Amino acid sequence: MIPYPFTYHRPKSLNQAQTLLSREPDAKLLAGGQTLIAAMKLRLANPSALIDIAGLQELSFIRASDSAIMIGAATKHADVANSSDVREKVPALADLAEGIGDPAVRRMGTIGGSLANNDPAADYPAAALGLGATLKTINRSIAADAFFTGMFSTALEQGEIITDVSFPVPKRAGYAKFPNPASRYAMAGVFIADFGHQVRVAVTGAAPCVFRQRDMEVALAKNFSPDAIKPTVISPEGLNSDIHGSAEYRAHLVNVMARRAVNTALEYYSTNAG
Amino acid sequence: MTVVTMTVNGKQRQADIEDRTLLVYFLRENLRLTGTHIGCDTSQCGACVVHVNGRAVKSCTMFAVQASGAEVLTIEGVAVDGKLHPVQEAFRHNHGLQCGFCTPGMIMTAIDMIRRNPNLDRRTIREELEGNICRCTGYHNIVTAIEDASKRVAAGTAA
Repeated sequence: MIPYPFTYHRPKSLNQAQTLLSREPDAKLLAGGQTLIAAMKLRLANPSALIDIAGLQELSFIRASDSAIMIGAATKHADVANSSDVREKVPALADLAEGIGDPAVRRMGTIGGSLANNDPAADYPAAALGLGATLKTINRSIAADAFFTGMFSTALEQGEIITDVSFPVPKRAGYAKFPNPASRYAMAGVFIADFGHQVRVAVTGAAPCVFRQRDMEVALAKNFSPDAIKPTVISPEGLNSDIHGSAEYRAHLVNVMARRAVNTALEYYSTNAG
Repeated sequence: MTVVTMTVNGKQRQADIEDRTLLVYFLRENLRLTGTHIGCDTSQCGACVVHVNGRAVKSCTMFAVQASGAEVLTIEGVAVDGKLHPVQEAFRHNHGLQCGFCTPGMIMTAIDMIRRNPNLDRRTIREELEGNICRCTGYHNIVTAIEDASKRVAAGTAA
């Protein structure tokens, strides 16, 4: 499959990328390309130019402090999965990155690309929303709660480039997904983070956009155990229904995945404490 | 059109290509290196896996211009002086193929997998083969071949 023609640019700096992007309104940023190139091959996307930011060193880093992990937008899934800092501070995030696509896709795909694309079934949006991350762009910081605005849409403005994402380090966190057996995209994926004073529950794959499940957050804040959320009923209304599963099926999966995520969080924690 | 230069299997190669040329087409049609296969063309089957700067990637989901200046290794470049790579040797020895269509991608994935995980068990091998599909469903011998190959590579390194 051959995409429509386009012009390729490889800027040497973020500033240069920004300039190119402002000059060509129909240009798109190319990071890992694992979603964009597939869409272009199917001729679902037709950018006039691609601005390749994959090689920009200023966008590729992982920095850890006691309270947060900061990840550059062009950091690849494989590098997040293999980072000892991420593994130590938020093992759920390392495991999430390791569960995206397949090994070859993880070598190319980037965190910034995944977040900017906001695929309804992508994994990273669940981590960003579940951990209450802050997404930084050249001009501003956007809280994850305000970032994901709908199916494939975000609070990013035309020409705005994500530079890095800062994830607060929780007391404990877990992620569980039920992958589509063919694509490995989440049919339902739940990221749960316990910050002591607050629990956040983010659900991906089940609806047109990642969302927080407040009933579970309240129940888990009182009692962080799978039993606490077993009675929580998820309404199928507004959930995705397709050949892979009905809305009712996904509603059921959300509860099952949420309980698995809590168990995973408890396991990481007991292993670390031991 | 853009002049793209990259090192492929140790040799510098150059071609004037359209920016939209996928790496797999550049390898197969411009360089006539047809060992890298196109299976699904949608980044799922892994028949097109090559190494770019030492990392196994799917060449159907990367433009050739993205690999400009890079080191690319394809199945044609893994045997040295007519001597099969230990992974190729292990596939041959264990009959790790039936029709052979997926084999170049399997071998490129296996070489990368073994380099990253010196102690491979069968479960890990199966997980790592997530992105490589064999429609003959000959996975059993492929897994055995990779397990054997990891031992051959370890022995080779030690020697």
